[in-house]
Amino acid sequence: MMNMPQKNEMIAPRVSFGEALVELAEQYPSLRVFDADVCASTQTGLFREAYPDRFYQMGIAEANMVGAAAGMATLGLTPFVSTFAVFLAKRALDQIRVSVAYPKLDVKLNGAYGGLPTGQAGATHSSVEDIAVMRCMPNMKVIVPADPVETKLAVALALETPGPVYLRTVRCPVPVIFDAGHSIELGKGKILHEGKDAALISTGMMTPRTLAAAEALAKEGIHVRHIHLATIKPIDEDMLIDAARECGTLITVENHGVAGGLGGAVAEVITEKSPATLKRLGFTDTFLESGDDETIFDRFNLSQEGIMRTVRSMLHTK
Amino acid sequence: MSRQRAEVAELKQIAADIRRLILTTTHHAGVGHTGGSLSEADIMAALFFRVMNVDPENPDMTDRDRFILSKGHATPGYYSTLARRGFFPTSVLDSFDQLGTILQGHPDMHKVPGVDMSSGSLGQGLSCGLGMAMAGTDLGLDFTTFVLMGDGESTEGQIWEAVLYAGADNVRVKNIVAIVDYNKVQLASLTKDAVDIGNLAGKYQVFGWHTIEVDGHDMGQLVQALEQAKVAAKEGPVALIAHTVKGKGVSFMEHQCAWHGKAPNASEYEKAMAEIDQEDAR
Repeated sequence: MMNMPQKNEMIAPRVSFGEALVELAEQYPSLRVFDADVCASTQTGLFREAYPDRFYQMGIAEANMVGAAAGMATLGLTPFVSTFAVFLAKRALDQIRVSVAYPKLDVKLNGAYGGLPTGQAGATHSSVEDIAVMRCMPNMKVIVPADPVETKLAVALALETPGPVYLRTVRCPVPVIFDAGHSIELGKGKILHEGKDAALISTGMMTPRTLAAAEALAKEGIHVRHIHLATIKPIDEDMLIDAARECGTLITVENHGVAGGLGGAVAEVITEKSPATLKRLGFTDTFLESGDDETIFDRFNLSQEGIMRTVRSMLHTK
Repeated sequence: MSRQRAEVAELKQIAADIRRLILTTTHHAGVGHTGGSLSEADIMAALFFRVMNVDPENPDMTDRDRFILSKGHATPGYYSTLARRGFFPTSVLDSFDQLGTILQGHPDMHKVPGVDMSSGSLGQGLSCGLGMAMAGTDLGLDFTTFVLMGDGESTEGQIWEAVLYAGADNVRVKNIVAIVDYNKVQLASLTKDAVDIGNLAGKYQVFGWHTIEVDGHDMGQLVQALEQAKVAAKEGPVALIAHTVKGKGVSFMEHQCAWHGKAPNASEYEKAMAEIDQEDAR
């Protein structure tokens, strides 16, 4: 059983990730954890302390780490490989492709420090393309949880799902929006707020602030539907098609580049199945920089106010 | 003839069979990596017919020795060995590289009985082999993992991440044997004219590996070295540098880049088979 945080608490999902590994270790005896010298940051250090014999410190060598995890998985063990998303998804990309995804091995990947928040480390550490890269990989599933509760559920979902899974966790504290009874399912979105004026579609840490934006907009008389997608692949096509038909205007919100991420995924679905007006909020073809996270988020309209501004302007020009 | 000499003679005959199957397979398909398959043939015969604990009737048995073809393009040699050993009928070799075949250009662990790991992107096999060996230790199983790499492949950085890790004083991965088919020729040039990796054994040594160097076509030496390696690997990682000849056994293919990724046509095939038969009859 996992201990679930209380609603409205502020907790960094990376901590929830580390706790979940420890809390699920007995239930999943095949679980092993692999690290590339960042366990103090990604919080797999919690697992190292609790289960030192099931923890593999592979040093700063991501390619070898992923390959070794793949080899280990051929014997029925389930390595959870964890390092910064920016390195895992790209430096070890070919290893993930050929040694993990192609042979469908039971390797789980934790892309930590997803998106902008990296402790102001700047362009080299802020991952704006990991979801896009993992999403186009055959046999790969992509989970991007919203809050600390869902992060824990996502670890469990990754472990109970056979084969390769990419899980994205974030560094900064995020408000708990889900209660302990929350559940997630592959390929199923959740409507967190009802409305038909427009639909906001968010994933990951953008979901709590998108929900806050939807609630604040309702007070202004603008009633938007808010859809949270915890799994980008598989994606909930039916929910997106319904939103396109019933709301007409869609706005995606993600802590990731708009090319190929949530925005790209939603664009692919609605363009083919039910064309609608689409606005993608996210990082636009740019490397990020050091500085205050919220100031940078706001520059890309990824603050609560930025999301509200975008909705108002979309409806104004409709 | 002593028992040992008789065994070596038999393994040499098996290697000749493997070479014939390689030539027939690539000739029939019209494609395939003939040169690097011929250079590995003796190593494969020694491994699969003498050194490794494998059972064609039970290819997934838990405590089997593992093998990874890191130089994943040399499938004609790998598939020919597996077929000759009885993992699947030799007639299946006719389907090599054809649409719908289990015998893909590069090995697929889920399609081919006896293949322990999919491979094809150079430089990845040793890391996967380490993972298998580490899992063996973790789970208390007793088996050895053999990884066959090419000399050209040895310039891949991931290999050196794996070599550094396995040989580290605080790690010392056990039951892993890296074999380098050092055939001196790669796709576009001689290895020494691409990146001259020179004394490979010396490089593995400074990374903490026990090393053995052999003539990769001397069956007696090969068998002895591989058995020695299997024992030594119980203490820490072992690298076996096998000096070989690309295209070995077919005079006009030997030492030639041109035969890296080429299949023999009808007249070349006839000539090549005659050379293998002649050598085998000696």
